[in-house]
Amino acid sequence: MKQLMPAVNSSDHIYGNKRALIELVEYGDYQCLYCGRAYPLIKNMQKELGPHLKVVYRNFPLSKSHPYAFAAAIAAEAAALQDKFWEMHDTVFENQEILNIDSLIDFAEMIGLNLEKFKQDIQKKVLADKVERDFESGLRSGVNKIPSFYINGNKYEGNWEEGGLFNYLKSKMAEIAIF
Amino acid sequence: MLAIGTRAPEFALYASPYQKMRLSELRGSKVILSFYPADWSPVCGDQMNLYNEMEKYFIRHHAQMIGISVDSRWCHAAFTEHNGFHFPLLADFEPKGAVARQYKVYDNEAGQCQRALYVLDEQAIIRWNYLSPVGINPGADGILNALEQLDN
Repeated sequence: MKQLMPAVNSSDHIYGNKRALIELVEYGDYQCLYCGRAYPLIKNMQKELGPHLKVVYRNFPLSKSHPYAFAAAIAAEAAALQDKFWEMHDTVFENQEILNIDSLIDFAEMIGLNLEKFKQDIQKKVLADKVERDFESGLRSGVNKIPSFYINGNKYEGNWEEGGLFNYLKSKMAEIAIF
Repeated sequence: MLAIGTRAPEFALYASPYQKMRLSELRGSKVILSFYPADWSPVCGDQMNLYNEMEKYFIRHHAQMIGISVDSRWCHAAFTEHNGFHFPLLADFEPKGAVARQYKVYDNEAGQCQRALYVLDEQAIIRWNYLSPVGINPGADGILNALEQLDN
């Protein structure tokens, strides 16, 4: 079974209870339609599983097929510098059909970022390095399509749509709670 | 599959509508041979698109990625143009699957290549191999590990 490499650490964006039983890591691309489809499903899982689930998002932009994916990843990392990573992440997925370079600036404004700082930050090499490090960690973890999911460090190979991932998380939770 | 330590058999296959590529032209570089079932199929598309994003990793390891299937050179040309691939796809088209057979990765029943990877060193010696279930994209972790081991 393929394992998450490296494990979740302080450079990751984590949503939810840090001590949750279930850790769900997504490798995603902001311009990928499947990732857009996964977004509301994960939101729903967060609502249903509450404190038992933490969610981590790592960047895996397929830049050659999706021309705005890398820029969107940078925008979310820049938002993180103003403690608004998840606000940008959510806004991009909720407005995926209008995603382009200009709309990223609009999104930054919508979520209330300091625009001057945002525009400076998106030029910073450290952010591009972070996105590339995420991508490389995905390669090493065996990402073979997007989105790819890792549950408590192990790659999830099943179907994530039609309740597949949600049911798996629930069964995993029951399993852990028993032991 | 051919065993690790074996010299990779020489071949000459069309890499574009008018030009053939020989394995021996790549002597001095590491080579990744990625045999795959079919252009345009969903899993193969994911797999080749993933490799297409990895250009800089292959350059870092002085490695050349090569895709091989039984599709024709014109089919490869259209698939390449559609996806913007930066590495060659070779047509193992006539006699059909002859190179895949030499490399012991031909699926006789389906009439196509298996989903299989070989990593060759600079002298075309097979240093790593992997046969994936046909419906599963093997990803890139195995290739990267193999290239790193060769560099160390």
